[in-house]
Amino acid sequence: MSGELSTILDHIETIGELDLDGVAPTSHVVELENVLREDEPRPSLPREKALEQAPDASDEGFRVPSPSAHA
Amino acid sequence: MSELLDLTGAQAAEKIKSDDVDPNELFDFYRDRAAQEDLNAFLWLPENGDRPEFHKEAPLAGVPLAIKDLFCTEGVPSTAGSRILEGYRPPYTATAVRNLQDAGAAMLGKTNMDEFAMGSSNENSGYGPVKNPWNHEYVPGGSSGGSAAAVAAGLAPWAIGTDTGGSIRQPASLCGIVGLKPTYGSVSRYGMIAFASSLDQCGPLTRDVTDAALLYKHMVGQDPCDSTSLQHPEQIEIPTTERLDGKRFGVPPELTGEGVEPGVKAVFEQTLKLIEELGGELVDITLPHSTYGISAYYVIAPAEASANLARYDGVRFGPRADAGDLTAQYEQTRHDGFGAEVKRRIMLGTYALSSGYYDAYYGNAQRVRTKIAEDFTNAFEQVDLIVTPTSPTVAFKLGEKTDDQLAMYLNDALTVPMPLAGIPAISIPGGLSEDLPVGIQLAGPAFSENRIFEAAHALEQAIGWNPPEAPWRR
Repeated sequence: MSGELSTILDHIETIGELDLDGVAPTSHVVELENVLREDEPRPSLPREKALEQAPDASDEGFRVPSPSAHA
Repeated sequence: MSELLDLTGAQAAEKIKSDDVDPNELFDFYRDRAAQEDLNAFLWLPENGDRPEFHKEAPLAGVPLAIKDLFCTEGVPSTAGSRILEGYRPPYTATAVRNLQDAGAAMLGKTNMDEFAMGSSNENSGYGPVKNPWNHEYVPGGSSGGSAAAVAAGLAPWAIGTDTGGSIRQPASLCGIVGLKPTYGSVSRYGMIAFASSLDQCGPLTRDVTDAALLYKHMVGQDPCDSTSLQHPEQIEIPTTERLDGKRFGVPPELTGEGVEPGVKAVFEQTLKLIEELGGELVDITLPHSTYGISAYYVIAPAEASANLARYDGVRFGPRADAGDLTAQYEQTRHDGFGAEVKRRIMLGTYALSSGYYDAYYGNAQRVRTKIAEDFTNAFEQVDLIVTPTSPTVAFKLGEKTDDQLAMYLNDALTVPMPLAGIPAISIPGGLSEDLPVGIQLAGPAFSENRIFEAAHALEQAIGWNPPEAPWRR
């Protein structure tokens, strides 16, 4: 895989041929106006539904093994 | 039954409304065809006899719709073509799908795709490749290969897919159908499993331009759940034009010359002649930075993907590999769940974003993006639309490019500049080369979908795409 990645990186480096001094990087492609909405609470996904797809869940959250085997 | 197969999506909707077609019969007809397919185009279909609810009075009147598996659909498996989401049934439905369902579309099934939309041949699916219905030894293109193959083979009247660097237009081209990549933001990305968020946009894959306009009309709209979505400034109209009088078409040498194979070039040149015969004017333009599109794209897209894919950790959804402590579990889950191309792009992306390399790679790629967008802005001061081939080649053989990733990436050279600039583009069938379809691409400024549909419709009428050997006749 490292050979493949090198070939791709070599191709990407053709960007170096361009003079990009003073060019602003694109932050968003279409001009957007910031539209703010009222901060009104609305119902979110019920907890049991959010937990339904977890490989391992308790009643209240996602269950995971200890972050460290020695804990 | 073949009368049902002859109907486009728009025609089927009309026949349902006039009581000439029974929508349940139409749904069962397509479900049965899809269930018997040998292309591997579908990853999920409803059980026999299960029909979704729809409103017959609604504009799309219950016409079945195939949906790329990148869209979340509530309670229905949504894998993004990845083993890391095997068995995942989302708790909600993507806005674009919801909008189409509200307009009367009936979900026919979920279509196969390159894993997380990363690919141009559908060979990167975690569930096996899709075959091109024109010739089963060839790829259908990607990443929306299942949607394109399903429409081309008459397994679905129409479909939706997503396009990040060409993933709607290139498979539409390779399968001989119509595909639109809309203006960025015009359709909500909420519930579309994210690949590269500044580029991803969903759109229709259809048999003709009228169907593309009709589906797009019912997909658009600002969505409070996607802060990058926008209200389209125009009402989307169904195109009727048959002439191109007074319309100026830009022909850029950078996207029509080098790398385009002779058979594709021949069809492209015939199309240019047709444009002139229809009253259109051809104008030489230049897009000098578009040749750097692939380089910029393969920094930006993997960089964004490497961030987006961090959520797959075996904690909240998808399969989990049990491997001792939490870190080992993350590593093993990702090792087992992601395919080679996804791992390659995560590595490229994290490398491009790493400290010390960030500005040289990501910063400069975003500067190239600015230059590419400026090229388009300058071109559209002189012309109404830009015309190019969609793909430099016709469909290639399964396995032909899997050992040469760069060659695979370069297949998107003509479709990548448009999403980098956020502008819309359509691919329509232009003709055949080596018994395989050749697509013609029309691109316009942001929000010019109506203009694109009108020109594509006029051109489509003149091309008269109706080959006797087309797969939907089989």
